[in-house]
Amino acid sequence: MSLSRADIENIARLARLELTEAEIPVYVDSLSKIFAFVGELDRAPTSGIAPMAHPLPGFAQRLRADEVSEPNRRDTYQQNAPQVEAGLYLVPKVIE
Amino acid sequence: MSAPAATVATLAKGLAAGEYSSVELTRAYLERIAAAQPALNAFVTITGEAALAAAAAADAARAKGQAGRLTGVPIAHKDIFCTEGVRTTCGSKMLANFVSPYDATVVAGLRGAGTVMLGKLNMDEFAMGSSNETSFFGAVHNPWDTKMVPGGSSGGSAAAVAARIVPAATATDTGGSIRQPAALCGVTGIKPTYGRCSRYGMIAFASSLDQAGLITVSAEDAALLLGPMSGFDPRDSTSVERAVPDYTTTLGDSLEGLTIGLVKEFFDKGLDATNEQRIRDAIAVFEKLGARVREVSCPNLPLSVPTYYVVAPAECSSNLARFDGVRFGHRCESPKNLLDLYCRSRGEGFGAEVKRRIMTGTYVLSAGYYDAYYLKAQRVRQLISADFAQAFQSCDLLFGPTSPTPAFPIGAKFDDPITMYLNDIYTIGANLAGLPGMSIPCGFVDGLPVGLQIVGPHFSEARMLNAAHRYQQETDWHLRVPAAFA
Repeated sequence: MSLSRADIENIARLARLELTEAEIPVYVDSLSKIFAFVGELDRAPTSGIAPMAHPLPGFAQRLRADEVSEPNRRDTYQQNAPQVEAGLYLVPKVIE
Repeated sequence: MSAPAATVATLAKGLAAGEYSSVELTRAYLERIAAAQPALNAFVTITGEAALAAAAAADAARAKGQAGRLTGVPIAHKDIFCTEGVRTTCGSKMLANFVSPYDATVVAGLRGAGTVMLGKLNMDEFAMGSSNETSFFGAVHNPWDTKMVPGGSSGGSAAAVAARIVPAATATDTGGSIRQPAALCGVTGIKPTYGRCSRYGMIAFASSLDQAGLITVSAEDAALLLGPMSGFDPRDSTSVERAVPDYTTTLGDSLEGLTIGLVKEFFDKGLDATNEQRIRDAIAVFEKLGARVREVSCPNLPLSVPTYYVVAPAECSSNLARFDGVRFGHRCESPKNLLDLYCRSRGEGFGAEVKRRIMTGTYVLSAGYYDAYYLKAQRVRQLISADFAQAFQSCDLLFGPTSPTPAFPIGAKFDDPITMYLNDIYTIGANLAGLPGMSIPCGFVDGLPVGLQIVGPHFSEARMLNAAHRYQQETDWHLRVPAAFA
């Protein structure tokens, strides 16, 4: 399977990744090779086989009650934020 | 104490007997770390002051008669585990300045048991790699030959334990990231059953595959450390509610009557012939110990690498969506608008391999491709899992090589992702099926270590550690130390 430059640009857009001009041909080549490689899966007979939903047989995802379980540590968490003001995370203006 | 000869077990005894204090021990390891750092680059962050303070607290606890069996033993953590108040980078520029506001459950468990943290170990960026070359903080070097890779993604953990600059280290394994570097560095590695150790505070790569574990000198050391880092955690929705045994009590059990399955597909044409001979020699030792050997087949196992390279990138693309340059992590300069902020922050913050995996995952989950790739891979995963279940009908443990070849030169496979991905051909199956796996040293090829892989049924860690320990009582491969660090 071969991907085009347009495919890579579209995937990068969906993934919210800006690629440099130099990166694009590298990913055209390597993602084409990866999809040719995973194409091997086509030869596995899987009709009637359920997709695996949990790595441990018989286990399902545990749910918890919808209750507050964590204290508010906003100030601590915001120490890692690139830009905050008055307890708010700052981003470029979204609505003009 | 002599660091090159030390194991966690011997250090714990020395501390208990008062032969040295934890402060003395910690200082000695910090000196070894500083001396080895230029050659190995095993650490991203060394927490010397905090380590000495923790060691002093451990010594004080011991003086009051409050010491447990690991009190004062120094260890280090892979930099994928969040450590409160300490930089946690995951090997990425994206998190180069991230100071974790909390501890991972695994870190808290080992701290609670009295261990002293020496620092944070280098790794492939976001644990995506098999050579430790994708780290933003530079490649880690193999202590057996510093021109060679240590394996990955837990390359810092494996190199540090192999060079005896730490007695033991935590690590994680999504497709072989504990076992493959353990094999390439000549140390013991264990990836427990999926759900055995909490994933809380362990930075997510592929959540249905990720599992915390250990890299140690010996199986006995792994048995000592695994207990405190295991067990149910309500903060991880896939953590399993199941009692944790004391893994040390069964280490000496007899192997008489143990049935070892040799997986036919593990001994394929990709396996280096000299490597294979070391594995066969190791199996002969187990036969001498009373084990029976039979061949078994897992016919779908050769599909494990392509299955993994659909499932893991899909989960990675979802997990890494959280890095948006808003709440934490790298942010680009002067974003024009919100979209520009997202795209440039991510484009600049992630390295080449991480971007490759995010894009692979984004594609397989995108409209029109989900059934063809993702659902198909999850069906094949079911087949691989069923093959293992079938094999365990007639065998107690499965044996094979950990890696097709010993360590390869830094740079040799870096530009060819498929060749790099095939390093994990023997290890990925256990992750897909949620099974526990180990790698133990079983000899050398041209001066480079070879690892024997052991895969067990779900929650068979005690039996695997028992088998590995009995082998390590008969052999001394695990006690060999690279000449430059002896």
